Amino acid sequence: MNTGFMTIYWRDMLRFFRFRTLLISSLVQPALWMAFFGIAMSSSFDRFSMGVPAVPGAEAVGYLTFMAAGVIAMTTLFTSLFGGIVLLFDKNWGLMREILASPLPRSHIIIGIALSGMTKSFIQAIIIMVFGLVLGVEFFRGLSPTGILVAVAGILVFVGMFSLGFLFLSATISISMESPEGLQGIITLLTMPIFFASNALYPTDAFPAILRDISVVNPLTHLITGIRYFAIGDNFTAIGIHFTHTPGDILASFLVLIAFAGVMFSLAWWRFSQAVIT
Amino acid sequence: MIDVRNLVYRYGAFTAVDTISFQVFKGEIFSFLGPNGAGKSTVINVLITLLTLQEGEVSIAGYDLSREPEKVRESIGIVFQEVTLDRDMTVWEILEFHGRLYNLGKTERRRRIDELLSLVELEEKRDSLTKELSGGMKRRLEIARGLMTRPRVLFLDEPTLGLDPQTRIRMWEYLNQVNREGTTIFLTTHYMDEADQLSDRISIIDHGKIIVTGTTWQLKNALGEDSIYIETSDDDAAQEMLSTDSRVTSLRRKKKGILVMVDGDGTRLLPALMDTLLAAGLHITAVNLKKPSMDDVFVHYTGRELREGGGGTVYRGRRP
Repeated sequence: MNTGFMTIYWRDMLRFFRFRTLLISSLVQPALWMAFFGIAMSSSFDRFSMGVPAVPGAEAVGYLTFMAAGVIAMTTLFTSLFGGIVLLFDKNWGLMREILASPLPRSHIIIGIALSGMTKSFIQAIIIMVFGLVLGVEFFRGLSPTGILVAVAGILVFVGMFSLGFLFLSATISISMESPEGLQGIITLLTMPIFFASNALYPTDAFPAILRDISVVNPLTHLITGIRYFAIGDNFTAIGIHFTHTPGDILASFLVLIAFAGVMFSLAWWRFSQAVIT
Repeated sequence: MIDVRNLVYRYGAFTAVDTISFQVFKGEIFSFLGPNGAGKSTVINVLITLLTLQEGEVSIAGYDLSREPEKVRESIGIVFQEVTLDRDMTVWEILEFHGRLYNLGKTERRRRIDELLSLVELEEKRDSLTKELSGGMKRRLEIARGLMTRPRVLFLDEPTLGLDPQTRIRMWEYLNQVNREGTTIFLTTHYMDEADQLSDRISIIDHGKIIVTGTTWQLKNALGEDSIYIETSDDDAAQEMLSTDSRVTSLRRKKKGILVMVDGDGTRLLPALMDTLLAAGLHITAVNLKKPSMDDVFVHYTGRELREGGGGTVYRGRRP
């Protein structure tokens, strides 16, 4: 098997660990979200939901636990959308020519960048989970050590598949754009609806119809559903709302992520095969 | 080694390369000399597979460019016009990355890196980030990178652009050494002296066409215009005598002497002319003989001097 994509992967990880400031800030930022936004919000939300009677058989979890899944997802979204930006810099600095003139197939550039972006998301997701547990997030309650391992693996599988889709999208935008500013603009434009039209910070049940429709096709919603299923369980209450999920729901969510990644890969592959860089 | 027939490249309606044909033989250093915008970079970009072949036939190292671009890629090394080094990678990492891109095995890769670092004298800088290197060092590193895969042909696009004169001469030495070790070299340049001193053969290219191809010696001799500068005790009398001489093609009065263009080999004509003047009782106080420079060759074939380009120094014609 041609493992040329590992060359691209190697270089991108090298750069990831070289820029210490960027590395540390990318790890600290989600922790800060949890520490400030999470704790502040949960102290108010939990007071509202205190009056709601408990649902028999369902586990009641605090807001911090609820939104921790959202923070993992949000971080994965941002990291992935920016994951392809190195391609834009390579293109503008002429470095891409070395790669394009080499025997490496172009699809391997996309795969290499996607795998390194996915690795970064894994590292961040694990750090957020550890930090969250320290802050009092009630993930994996009542699970055996093996159960926890399975749950973490499940979360990472969801995070990985989700990040692939957005990394392919990021690669597509990067190879098509001329300036980093333009890329930044597009990404900002994308993140807003994706993040807020999802179940990251609040349930989508009370959304107006149109917003709810968006949230249903939103890959972020499906990622978060998956994370909550593995981290909290299939039957819980949070913010006074009862959530239940069957394994079938979770499988459906995962299939949405696979489909999204597949479409995005085709898009990226098409853009890369068109790209002329001299 | 390189065989190009009827290559045409168009950017929309603009024809950048207009029906070019040339051959580069195994083991030679071949230059494309021309002003910026002449189409040199377009030709090189087609040959190194960054631009698709639109029209014409190209074979490199025995492989057809349109049928086996992968084989062509594996057989060539490239040094791009601008610096294409990741500023945040070390010298060693740059070469390691390149070796991996071309699927070199680990032991081969490591051995090759050591060899090349010593060739371009960058052993000390092995673990330095490339942003810490001087312009000359970066260029040397890029040459080393181009040689990582032991290419049969090394392509260089303006290899000494923006380098100081001393560094340029060093760079030529490296390239000569690489060439002696068996690598065919194809380079583009808009520096007259670079084409002149480095290459075995030159194609002068302008407006997307090759105007003439030959060895520097052939090109210069084809001009047949050696110039002789003479100062005498009586320049007026000398001018009158020389202007009727059949061996003189043209003549110009300078401040203190006369500049004579002669038809033929100036080294042989000069003593003869001096004899004529001496016989007429004129006293010769100074002489100078000049063979045509590449500048003269260029002006002769294109009818103009190298036009000012966007970047770097452009040597203007130094015709007296």
